[in-house]
Amino acid sequence: MLTTKVEIQNLTKIFGKKERQALELVKKGHSKEDILEKTGATVGVNKASFKVEQGEIFVIMGLSGSGKSTLVRMLNRLIEPTEGNILIDGDDIAKMDKEQLRKVRREKVSMVFQNFGLFPHRTILENTEYGLEVQGVDKAERQEKAERALDNAGLLPYKDQRPNQLSGGMQQRVGLARALANDPEILLMDEAFSALDPLIRRDMQDELLEMQDTMHKTIIFITHDLNESLRIGDRIAIMKDGEVVQVGTGEEILTNPANEYVERFVEDVDRSKVLTAENIMERPQTLRIKQSGPRVAMQRMKADNLSSMLVVDKDHVLKGYVTDEDILEAVKQDKKDLQEIVRTDIPKVHKETLIHELYDVIHNSQTPVAIVDGEDKLLGIVVRGLVLGALVKDREEEPVDEQ
Amino acid sequence: MNSSILDQIPRLPVSEWMSDIITWLTQNLSWFFGAIRDGGAWLMDGITDLLLFIPPVLFILLLVALAFFAGRKKFGLPVFTLLGLLYIHNQGLWEPLMYTITLVLVASLLSILIGVPVGIWMAKSRTANWIITPILDFMQTMPAFVYLIPAVAFFGIGMVPGVFSAVIFALPPTVRFTNLGIRQVPDEMIEASESFGSTGSQRLFKVELPLAKPTIMAGINQTVLLALSMVVIASMIGAPGLGERVINALQRAQVGPGFVAGFALVVLAIILDRVLQGFNKSDN
Repeated sequence: MLTTKVEIQNLTKIFGKKERQALELVKKGHSKEDILEKTGATVGVNKASFKVEQGEIFVIMGLSGSGKSTLVRMLNRLIEPTEGNILIDGDDIAKMDKEQLRKVRREKVSMVFQNFGLFPHRTILENTEYGLEVQGVDKAERQEKAERALDNAGLLPYKDQRPNQLSGGMQQRVGLARALANDPEILLMDEAFSALDPLIRRDMQDELLEMQDTMHKTIIFITHDLNESLRIGDRIAIMKDGEVVQVGTGEEILTNPANEYVERFVEDVDRSKVLTAENIMERPQTLRIKQSGPRVAMQRMKADNLSSMLVVDKDHVLKGYVTDEDILEAVKQDKKDLQEIVRTDIPKVHKETLIHELYDVIHNSQTPVAIVDGEDKLLGIVVRGLVLGALVKDREEEPVDEQ
Repeated sequence: MNSSILDQIPRLPVSEWMSDIITWLTQNLSWFFGAIRDGGAWLMDGITDLLLFIPPVLFILLLVALAFFAGRKKFGLPVFTLLGLLYIHNQGLWEPLMYTITLVLVASLLSILIGVPVGIWMAKSRTANWIITPILDFMQTMPAFVYLIPAVAFFGIGMVPGVFSAVIFALPPTVRFTNLGIRQVPDEMIEASESFGSTGSQRLFKVELPLAKPTIMAGINQTVLLALSMVVIASMIGAPGLGERVINALQRAQVGPGFVAGFALVVLAIILDRVLQGFNKSDN
């Protein structure tokens, strides 16, 4: 059962002197440029609202200046919100006094920074201990916990080195280990992998996902990279000019962009990495194995000009396929049952297979590829042309959806 | 005519005001200044006696060892220290040297004790920064000799007024550099520290001060050298030491003794500067 871990309601941040005046204009729905012109104040975040579920990776994506970094910093009040509520487990962070806020920062929410935020004057171990140290955990215990966190990240051998002796990827692993050392419930990651080169970034994304499988933290991840969001995000919020313009799964955002901005944002994504077989499959012509004999098959193949047809049972479970030659032979020999001539060497893939994984399957296959669900029920077919078509698909066209 | 209009304005009695303030302070707070003078003189005489109690050979060896470690175990600085101190001893300036070292030591320590907290305060408070910055400008640009006058009024003559004027003159770099050092700590370090729930003092002592340390040390280095230069000027109001020899030579127009004492000051300045820099570098 999903429970809401973090909820923000109408969260607004205004930078500048005429805060109150600008806030009034925000409430009246004036645009960011308009408010800047009238008051000289900048709207950092404009009435943002969303819910983050327990244990999900929630990605906030936007270009620079979209307010995503401001938004994430309001969640632990590194930046004070101008207005709005931030509920963590139902408690409003925005209304807490310093002492309560400190407790939340120490026990519930940790942060990972774009440029790692490691203290250069401390060793790796001392960096990892920091969160526990400020809580007043005694030295032996905090060292043990920090060493365990470093061990999980495979960094224990480096514990006595300084941050500048480590590569970027390793430094960010330390940043992550430090954030996890005091076992927070929520992890805020601000462009955590953006400073790393692409290959290391991929590795870090994989490691994060792997860790998340066992940890089940609630992770709020900021990025400007769509591919990164699609890779790691359970759900994605897209921000523009301080507003949250769309919240949804990667799939929903790609196939159904909320507005032109989102559409432009997503248009250059490598579609093969996000579209699944289900998105591009076609409705197949099928024969029911019990009801149809070779003569029916021949009739239908002639009518639709087909050279082969898929065969299913009454529950739509895939049984195989028949070819026109086999059918002709069967009719000649006066066979009554399709079962005798069904071929079963048809490749079948799960509906959630990504298109780029379909390449190999379809390349080696003479027949179309059958798309099935978890119970082997036939959902559709994909032929070579469809895969290629999906990849070159122009954005003006309607989203592919054959269901 | 303009000048006649300006001439109509009566002269403001600024100098009378200043004199009155100093006189009032001297008369009403004499118990306070007296206590500082007596305590300070007792302390500094004690330090000088202690320094003079150490045999010169041992003292020179200790400083050479210090220079050896400060100079990252290279030989240039220790050799210079050895030759320089031998020269000073050879010229019969050992006792004045000890007085000068005492003055510089006490003035520098006081400057650091006052300067670092004030610098932190300026970094944390915009108001403090706004008020203290012009005071620092005043302290640094006012000709150093001017401080000698109230120093004499408050403390008479001797080592204590010398230290008083040296502290005023030498304090600003430590304050400014501490302020600068803390303000220069990268935002991400502050955010990282805050995000783990640090209190204000945890943030200061665990993150800001350690990161600002090289800058603060550069300020302290400046402070020590300024203290040394002021200690020489303070000889005009009876502070003992190498400066006293320079002033004596100046008054009698004796080129030789003036150069000998002056060169001893240069040697001391170079040793102090290089040793402090060396320790600052080797820490990082």
